[in-house]
Amino acid sequence: MDATLTSRPESGGYAGDIRTAKPTGRTADKVFVGLLWGCGIFVLVLLGLIIAMLFRGGLPAFAQFGLDFLWTPAWNPVTENFGALVMIYGTIFSAIIAVVIALPLSFGIAFFLTEIAPQALRRPIGVAVQLLAAVPSIIYGMWGFFIISPLMAAYVQPPLIEWLGPIPLLGALFQGPALGGGMLTAGLIMAVMILPFITAMFVETLESTPPMLKESAYGVGATTFEVYKNVSVPYGKTAMVGAVMLGLGRALGETMAVTFVIGNATRLSASLFAPGATIASTIANEFPEAAQGSLKLDSLLALGFILFVISFIVLALSRFLVRSNLKS
Amino acid sequence: MSSLAVRRTKDYAVKVISTGFAVVALFLLVWILFTLVQKGLPALTTNVFTKMTLPPGHNGGLLNAIVGSLMQIGLAMVIGTPIGLFAGTFLAENGRTSKLGHITRFVNDILLSAPSILVGLFVYAFLVNPFGGFSGWAGAVALAILVIPVVVRTTEDMLNLVPVGLREAAYALGAPRWKVVTMVTWRAARAGIMTGILLSIARAAGETAPLLFTSLGNNSWSTDMSAPMASLPIAIYQYAGSPFDDWVALAWAGALLITMSVLFLNVISRLVLSRTK
Repeated sequence: MDATLTSRPESGGYAGDIRTAKPTGRTADKVFVGLLWGCGIFVLVLLGLIIAMLFRGGLPAFAQFGLDFLWTPAWNPVTENFGALVMIYGTIFSAIIAVVIALPLSFGIAFFLTEIAPQALRRPIGVAVQLLAAVPSIIYGMWGFFIISPLMAAYVQPPLIEWLGPIPLLGALFQGPALGGGMLTAGLIMAVMILPFITAMFVETLESTPPMLKESAYGVGATTFEVYKNVSVPYGKTAMVGAVMLGLGRALGETMAVTFVIGNATRLSASLFAPGATIASTIANEFPEAAQGSLKLDSLLALGFILFVISFIVLALSRFLVRSNLKS
Repeated sequence: MSSLAVRRTKDYAVKVISTGFAVVALFLLVWILFTLVQKGLPALTTNVFTKMTLPPGHNGGLLNAIVGSLMQIGLAMVIGTPIGLFAGTFLAENGRTSKLGHITRFVNDILLSAPSILVGLFVYAFLVNPFGGFSGWAGAVALAILVIPVVVRTTEDMLNLVPVGLREAAYALGAPRWKVVTMVTWRAARAGIMTGILLSIARAAGETAPLLFTSLGNNSWSTDMSAPMASLPIAIYQYAGSPFDDWVALAWAGALLITMSVLFLNVISRLVLSRTK
């Protein structure tokens, strides 16, 4: 019996003995799976390398200034006294302005796209809003610098300075000459840039609301807006907070659009209209003047490292919130 | 019944405002495009495509910047696409449940939204500084790092849409793994993967910040990848901030060129995807 099985004729039309035949492509498979793993791990290593190189590059600045670097308001290339406070403040403040402006718009557009717009218009309008995210950031910079800034200087800033400037405390936000640029203009332009991201994630979340929940609310007589406010939004709350965090994270690292309009002054000022700086704009702006091996270059790399840490925390938090909603 | 009237009015008001917001968003897009056409089109002469960047007042063009951009983007795609494709496949095929898969997916999401200027700074510290200066290679590497997470993300999403039964059928026929992935899974998802690649080209084409510290920019003709290299976004940045009218006009022409290409790639990629759905 064994003999008949093993002594099979060579040309019998069989591909081979199923017990002894090796699976085809075993070596190729090893190489292929190795490649898959290799590239997967490469992505991990890449992020690690970015963090490590920024930290190593900024180390001399951290060594020189210690943790004081974080809250020193000075940025003086002449005396080589560098601190990150002005830029950290500018980065966070301008990003928050962007989110505050973009948030109500996103809420409205998401409401429009999920509840109001006729079915046939939803996709084209949704795509058009998404195209705002595709416009390169340098284009936003030019548009902001040549179009928005003059409009701000002529029509927005002077009345605000006149009306709100004299109010104690609040007035501090509306001081100085109407130059057109500054924190508010930067925030406004970034709001347009992050709007598509927040809106897209809002729509995605709102569409995942179980129809049964919404129909029950309609059944007891709720209006469209009441269903949106009391059913759909609370249902997707966690992911929507995550979407806002993603918008914040994007705004924190925005470079070109901000560099054009923020004025690039490394002075601390409470006014929304005064020239300021963000970490990203400072790096873009001062890098060409930083000599290799200088303390200034080290300080710029240290700024980069700080920006990375801030972005990482915000983006990680955003992802955690968005994913936790998807799971439940 | 007055409370019902109040609720209905409120509902109506919110609907009007929301529609208004959507109109505002569309208006902004149209406004930006209109500005680009209005200022860019008159400056978009044949000079732009046939002449180098020249000093102000010399009727220069953007040829070296366009060629430099194409070369750097091309090389970035050659580097970034396979890595992204394989890493995305790893996440979809091997990393669905494994711990390494979860971490890699997390890291990729961070890379996707991380400030692009930091990628430029990283490449500066990693390649430019230790290896003798600014170069087209460094610019391409920086762009590749931006391309990878886009490709990884779309590849994974698209592969996840491929029915498991298709893979199992192929395995049941005795096909080795590499054949199943390349000839069945990738084929089934090729439109989606293509979309991701087109989107990543669009992203690389518009990025300015990472090129500032890597390929630097170059005002004369150079196709040498190991020397500083011109690129369209850098030329726009340099020209838009200058006090010379003809340079600013050229910057608008370049801006129009870049935006139209990027939007075109975006629209095409959506069409590719929706046609196969």
